[in-house]
Amino acid sequence: MTGQRRWLRSASLANLLFLYAPIAVLVVFSFNASRLSARWQGFTLQWYQMLASDEALFAAVQNSLLVAVVSTMIATILGVSAAVGLERSHFPGQRLVDGALLLPLVIPEVMMGVALLLFFVMIQVPLSLVTVTIGHAAFNVPVVMVIVRARLRKLDPALEEAARDLGATAWQAFRRVTLPLLSPAIIGGVLMAFTVSLDDFIVTFFTAGPGSTTLPLKVYSMIKSGVSPEINALSAILVLVSMALIALSLVMQRVNGK
Amino acid sequence: MPALVWMGVFLFLPLLLVLVISFAARGTYGGVEWTFSLANYLNMADPLYLRIYARSLALAAATTVVCLLLGFPLAYYIARAPARWQAVWLMLIIIPFWTNFLVRTYAWMFILRSEGLFHTVLSSVGLVTSPIEILYSDTAVLIGLVYGYLPFMVLPLYAAIERLDRSVVEAAWDLYASGWSVFWRVVLPLTKPGVIAGCLLVFIPSVGAFITPDLLGGARSMMVGNLIQHEYLVVRDWPFGSAISFALMALVLVGIAVYFKVETKVAV
Amino acid sequence: MSEHSVELREIVKRHGTTLAVDHLSLQVKRGEFFSILGPSGSGKTSTLRLLAGFEEPDQGEILIEGRSMRGVPPNLRPVNLVFQSYALFPHLTVAGNVAFGLEMRGVPRAIIAPEVRSALDMVRLAGKEERIPSQLSGGEQQRVALARALVNRPAVVLLDEPLGALDQQLRQEMQLELKTIQEQVGLTFICVTHHQEEALTMSDRVAVMNHGRLLQIGTPRDVYESPSSEFVAAFIGVSNRLSGRIEMVTGTRCTVRVPDLPAIVARVPPGTPEGALVTLSLRPERVHLSADIKLDGFDNTLQARIHKTIYNGNEIQYLLRLTDGLIWKARVPNLGGDHKQFQAGEAVFVRWQADEGVVLSE
Repeated sequence: MTGQRRWLRSASLANLLFLYAPIAVLVVFSFNASRLSARWQGFTLQWYQMLASDEALFAAVQNSLLVAVVSTMIATILGVSAAVGLERSHFPGQRLVDGALLLPLVIPEVMMGVALLLFFVMIQVPLSLVTVTIGHAAFNVPVVMVIVRARLRKLDPALEEAARDLGATAWQAFRRVTLPLLSPAIIGGVLMAFTVSLDDFIVTFFTAGPGSTTLPLKVYSMIKSGVSPEINALSAILVLVSMALIALSLVMQRVNGK
Repeated sequence: MPALVWMGVFLFLPLLLVLVISFAARGTYGGVEWTFSLANYLNMADPLYLRIYARSLALAAATTVVCLLLGFPLAYYIARAPARWQAVWLMLIIIPFWTNFLVRTYAWMFILRSEGLFHTVLSSVGLVTSPIEILYSDTAVLIGLVYGYLPFMVLPLYAAIERLDRSVVEAAWDLYASGWSVFWRVVLPLTKPGVIAGCLLVFIPSVGAFITPDLLGGARSMMVGNLIQHEYLVVRDWPFGSAISFALMALVLVGIAVYFKVETKVAV
Repeated sequence: MSEHSVELREIVKRHGTTLAVDHLSLQVKRGEFFSILGPSGSGKTSTLRLLAGFEEPDQGEILIEGRSMRGVPPNLRPVNLVFQSYALFPHLTVAGNVAFGLEMRGVPRAIIAPEVRSALDMVRLAGKEERIPSQLSGGEQQRVALARALVNRPAVVLLDEPLGALDQQLRQEMQLELKTIQEQVGLTFICVTHHQEEALTMSDRVAVMNHGRLLQIGTPRDVYESPSSEFVAAFIGVSNRLSGRIEMVTGTRCTVRVPDLPAIVARVPPGTPEGALVTLSLRPERVHLSADIKLDGFDNTLQARIHKTIYNGNEIQYLLRLTDGLIWKARVPNLGGDHKQFQAGEAVFVRWQADEGVVLSE
């Protein structure tokens, strides 16, 4: 038993090393003075300074944030209403609709990208940040919906009935009882959709036009032009930001859980 | 329902368009010529493309198997750890997943390139003398895919193992089963839904992967995702690209259908 | 070969900082139905897991059939456990569950089939071979778990709260059935339970544990009639108690002085000194009640008032308020007819024989 346990622990720690070592390496070498070598040649912050003076990078960050905020807002409103609507109503063919709405979660992202590209070209809408935002909202609706629906399913229907019994209208019951109880799930959905949008490369790649470069597109073009310490520095910053977002979401969960 | 309208216009309509165009032909200057033919689907059988599908399937299958082999012990260990530690471990598994995928893939470029960290470390301890080329190979793609999708394997496995009654495992042990028999005869059959879910969650994105083969694989390790992109943006043969996309989606949906069939059977 | 099927020598098991099993030594004879009785946290389940091999003792030695079990994993131990939750394999049929142990030991298929059949016959489950566990009732699942252990003919069958999950009626039927099956197969059974009636009904001998320590070991009659400590007296059945000081010892009898009450005569364990502070323990069913002031033939008499009358069907329970305000219980068989039934508020005389009361040192 103990031997087996020890073996499992070593295997698990090895897995953890596999998951974290590459990220750690990136961060460490973002401070390496050498431009080309993977050997340690002394500490420097020059790559960060170079990033700080890259105006295209800031424009890309701005674009990404804009797309993420707007697409998350759209996806949240649509996703929550879809979750409530599908959970509360019964109509013929509902299972088909349920399944269809989950499609973006399972079909290859490349497929979504080309479909949207084709669509926008066919209806002769020029590719821009607007088309990118529409695409992001499309794949984020099911993300929000799935999270909210899981929570909705666990809610006791008697709660809303109790509100109705105490004189609330259907809307009041939803607004005053159900919605507050759903808020942790909605916040979770918002965070998830926001992150997925910020990180998305493929759908953006197909739906972005000239001048609508987002951060992942910028990162991609930097990587494509060759390994360089600036990418390490940018990666380190992105890792830091995502860690901060996780910490924030943990804190919010704890606050909401109480 | 507004969501249905949005999804109808911006998802189902585009997908339908892909299906329709997959039966059309490429126009002279890259556009679409509205004819009806099965030519695009027949063209897919070209050995050049067949090799790419085969590589995609093989790499996705290998990724799935490696993730399963790495992920099972990890998931088992987490599921049997004290509750406090379970939360910590799960968090640790999820954090890399929240880190930008491009960044995580780039990390492996940095490590695997010919003068990269891997080579530097190996040569400094004298294991290799000449540069080793791992980047831009199928091996590099496999490493990248496993790295990217391992959490997708671990989470459903964890959920299945966590639900597995400890005393059932002890009962097998008490009834003379050795470590391996306990695993094969009891643990594996009872966690099958989790295994299948994990395999699908890894296989589906792997088979349609684009970034990983694009960055780590180079020209020789093209996968279906790259082929679609290539047909759309480089060759500009949209009808043919659409046909390939549709075939890929059909493959994925069949996989999911199989999963649900197995799951409902196990749940009885 | 030793006459003992199981022997524990000075077993110590810690779980973190708590001592789950504290220097436990005991022997179980071959073919015996042995029960370990104690409340939750008494160390009885830990003891069972140590025997099965899921845990190793920190100190001491376990011998099964004279062989040391140190370092022997569960799959190589000649014991089989009937789990509290039954732990039936949900993906196997009833027959598949019962055959599992034999298959693991490489018994040929041709032999397994008849063995499985006869094991299922024994627990009266013939005809349910192809069911899966979730299609069975709780009682049937329990019997599959039993058959799954018995079919291997282990040196010891371990039972962890075997009847705990069953309802009252089924529990009583199964107590007798378990005992019958055990006598039929002649295997050593070690049963862990917190249910005193279960332990007394089925067992040849009972060990009472608390806080990891063995308090008393003996036949059900020994443990019930002559508890060695207040804990045992209280845990096995209900007990009326009085605290006092030993005034005089004469042979096996003593006189106990209780403040505000007449002197009481009781049985005394050898070696109890005069002047010792003791607790007198008396079973409620040994109490005789009457309204008659003149009644001879009893060694002790106290005055009391009926506080409450509880009608239980087969018996009547009285809560008695003794003169000093203490509440005692009395249980009187409901004989019906014109037998007197006391009402709350009535004054009664509480009488009992000296030998019925046991003196426990503090």
